[in-house]
Amino acid sequence: MKRSELSFPLVPRFLRFPALSRSFTIASWLGWQIESNWADPFLFAVYSVAKPIASAMILVVMYNAITHGNTSSPIFPYIYLGNAFYIYVATVMTGVSWAVIDDREHYRTLKYIYIAPLRVPFYLLGRGVARFIIGSISVFITVAFGVLFLKVPLHLSDINWLMFFAALFLGVFALAMMGLVLAGVTLLIANHVWFVGEAVAGALYLFSGAIFPLDILPQFLRPIGFLMPLTYWLELIRRSLLGHTAAAFPTLAAFSNAQLFGILVGLATFFTLLAFVVFRYCDFLARERGMIDMTTNY
Amino acid sequence: MTDSLAIKTESLGRIYKIRGGKKTKETPKELIALADVNLKVECGELFGLLGPNGAGKTTLIKILVTLLAPTSGLAQVGGHDVIKSPHLIRPLINMVSGGESSGYGLLTVRENLWLFAQFYGLDNKTSQERITELLGVVGMLDRANTKSSDLSTGLRQKMNIVRGFVTDPEILFLDEPTLGLDVGAAREVRRFVRRWVAERERPRSGKTVLLTTHYMVEADELCDRVAIIDKGRVLACDTPANLKRRLQREAIFHMQVSPMNNGALSGFGTLPGVRKFTHEAHDGSSTLELILEADDVLSSVVAKLTQHNARILNLQKREPTLEDVFVDLVGRGLSEEGGGE
Repeated sequence: MKRSELSFPLVPRFLRFPALSRSFTIASWLGWQIESNWADPFLFAVYSVAKPIASAMILVVMYNAITHGNTSSPIFPYIYLGNAFYIYVATVMTGVSWAVIDDREHYRTLKYIYIAPLRVPFYLLGRGVARFIIGSISVFITVAFGVLFLKVPLHLSDINWLMFFAALFLGVFALAMMGLVLAGVTLLIANHVWFVGEAVAGALYLFSGAIFPLDILPQFLRPIGFLMPLTYWLELIRRSLLGHTAAAFPTLAAFSNAQLFGILVGLATFFTLLAFVVFRYCDFLARERGMIDMTTNY
Repeated sequence: MTDSLAIKTESLGRIYKIRGGKKTKETPKELIALADVNLKVECGELFGLLGPNGAGKTTLIKILVTLLAPTSGLAQVGGHDVIKSPHLIRPLINMVSGGESSGYGLLTVRENLWLFAQFYGLDNKTSQERITELLGVVGMLDRANTKSSDLSTGLRQKMNIVRGFVTDPEILFLDEPTLGLDVGAAREVRRFVRRWVAERERPRSGKTVLLTTHYMVEADELCDRVAIIDKGRVLACDTPANLKRRLQREAIFHMQVSPMNNGALSGFGTLPGVRKFTHEAHDGSSTLELILEADDVLSSVVAKLTQHNARILNLQKREPTLEDVFVDLVGRGLSEEGGGE
């Protein structure tokens, strides 16, 4: 039987190894088929549109209550955008790790995927692509809602697009790697794995400077924030969108854009190494314990 | 593959640690799933593992397909070690597990099969041709565009069987492929496997099948060689004919008698000349399976029945089956019967 490398002209050169490209691209296709299965458009609208806007509105109401409606303060767009882009944290991270649960418990296909000549980490990353796309829709809608109805001062002509896309790519990449760490851990957990992604994303909300500066945290908790790539990613996203207004919070004011990029690249690299080491170790343990095809019906 | 052996195991063992509840402080109990398993399966062979539920068949398959690590010993597939080189084994193999309804329910049958063909790097044209051909073989061509969630259990299992064959693996693992299927579907699956095996032999391509089953008919019908496994140990390994030949000198009787209680039946196994004895109670009768050293031992069995006022309803002398071989080796019958037959 003829076996040939699949032809994917849009796949970057580094992914043009048969097993890697197969794992990533076919998983992306599968992920999209699953996530875009909007049999019920109402549910899709609730999750992808109403939920992020409602979350943003809660924040806006709290902000207004505290500041007596002072939305002209530079702090307001800072908080609003931080919160909007934080949507990516849950969608990307959970998107990657969720595939383990989905395939193992729901579709019961994980064992067949494991015995196929694939690279499982790249398969899981591919499965996260669809969630990233849907997350992007939510982020766009939330930001557009803020600009149109809440006077978030965003001007297309003032946005540093190059910086924005570079930061977005690096941030999402780092999030995907964190998702891979979670996926490894998920392989080893029988019950309660449904909540791991959401729980971690919720916990990191505190330490990323999304809605308040790290300076507000107790001294001993601040290092967690400084070790997270999300902190620098959100700062760069805000700076690319708002320019000098983004200096409202002083935490990272001493760092130039180049320095922030340097730190983000360093942390993304660290998390990439960590992700592959952790996943490989968890994969080894899962095979030792017979957990690859474990179903709990939980 | 580097040598003529498709599968090789040496002193292979697997122990599961069973933990108690979270609040108990007991040390984990150990369950021996496989112990000292030594097997050699030649390329091109259809090899069967016959044993009751819980014998260790699925554990062995899980180790061989790289899903589970062995606790001790060596396992090689296609000449590659399952621990050191799983990435070299995976392009050579595929697996079908019976009794489950895995698959992406929101995809159609064709999409599900195409997806897995892509995982193995088949080009699109070849994938589609193979899918069409195999769906035709299992009589599912008209369901190709049906969402798999809309299929019955039997049809879903057939789809999974096609998934195992669509990649044309060098070594195929069939783990209880007919489990849970009705009589007709099980027969169709066996016919399908037989056809694949026949095609495999035409230009002898060296394709290997390892089939696990607890249905003796399946093993007898399909397999070149059979290993009988119980409680994690391989008790015998030979061709079905040679295995049955072991019992050729004995007399095997199937007897149906009027209902008897277990106490009365327990004495039959100890009668002189009775090698093995099993019984099963039914409504209105008891079925006895006897392996006797010689025909004339039957008279003492009949005398004992008379002593218990039991009437013989049916008596049949028959040729040995793999089930008899199993009974002879293990001392009890395969716990479940049927298997769609």
